[in-house]
Amino acid sequence: MGETKANLYSESFQIEGGNFNSAGIVSTSIKSILKKLGIPGDIVRKAAIVSYEAEINVVSYAKKAVVNLTVKPGAVLIDVIDEGQGIPNIDLAMQEGYSTADHRIREMGFGAGMGLCNIKNYSDDFHIASEVGKGTHLKMTIQTPST
Amino acid sequence: MNIEAIGAALGLEVKCGRESLGKNVTGGYTGDLLSDVMGNAKEGYIWITRQVHQNIVAVASLKELAGIILINACEPARETLEKAEAEKIPILVSDLPAFELSGRIYNLLTSGS
Amino acid sequence: MKLSEVRDILDAEIIVGEDSLDLEVQTAFGADLMSDVLAFAKAGSLLLTGLTNTQVIRTANVLDIAAIILVRGKKPSSETITLASELKIPILATKYILFETAGRLYMKGIVGCLPKVETTSGRN
Repeated sequence: MGETKANLYSESFQIEGGNFNSAGIVSTSIKSILKKLGIPGDIVRKAAIVSYEAEINVVSYAKKAVVNLTVKPGAVLIDVIDEGQGIPNIDLAMQEGYSTADHRIREMGFGAGMGLCNIKNYSDDFHIASEVGKGTHLKMTIQTPST
Repeated sequence: MNIEAIGAALGLEVKCGRESLGKNVTGGYTGDLLSDVMGNAKEGYIWITRQVHQNIVAVASLKELAGIILINACEPARETLEKAEAEKIPILVSDLPAFELSGRIYNLLTSGS
Repeated sequence: MKLSEVRDILDAEIIVGEDSLDLEVQTAFGADLMSDVLAFAKAGSLLLTGLTNTQVIRTANVLDIAAIILVRGKKPSSETITLASELKIPILATKYILFETAGRLYMKGIVGCLPKVETTSGRN
């Protein structure tokens, strides 16, 4: 929590895998932080959407994760680093409609193979790296109007 | 009103099941949860969904639905088309989202032409 | 139209948001899949859905959805109601199916929140 010299704001959050009730708490916090910082509404929304889809992924597939939110001049950065099963084939996982979700995830209205596509589409820059048996790292950048 | 007339009125693309386009549409059901559609849709309804998996054909066939319209410009999976062709279930595609498409079909069905 | 009129058209029960009945809405999005909502729905729209879990509220909050209409007689859990009250998101519940709900609102002038979907891979 708090500020560093280069950044306007940075904060880290934890997500617990498998806890379906808690999914969305981190993105709700990120949304209210960005709003308080005076970031424009459409950019806050994009940041909230990408962090929310990432949270759903962590809850669905990983053991736990750290979310690092960084606000710099010109951009909001959201890093989601999870410990878990990882993704064997990223190209396949990025394909819209491809999903390995079980019925619990589907009952919540997710697991239709759109999560990573949504994250990519709402990010101005998106990187994904994964190692099977270790975990997945998502790096999202959303540009803000620089002042 | 039959499926062909709905498709023509709304500019929908017919993907398969042309021989069944004359089926009368008695109502509409919009939904993406297969178990819900299994439970609640009625015979002769047109089903509006974004699901493209081949299981939609089984649901439509078992419930004797008039046909399926895929929304959001969704492309049906290849196995879905093959199965639908075999079961004579029409599948059409629209680039409208569920609300707008349901609204327009509701309008067509209730204005009773 | 005002949320109170939406309630009347749908013969709906207000579960959360008695104090929001003067809220103005013009657009709507209907879906049972929250990822579709996240991909396409626009801020200020009504969200029509048959899902009742807390993720519906989280999704609505993330997108600044005006109000949630639960269809086919679905009733939300107490967790869902609590979260919606906390985040100040109105919930209406109607017995109509999604098709009928969309149809009734459409006939009264509510329009879809986006005219059409350009590609299957969402926006941008």
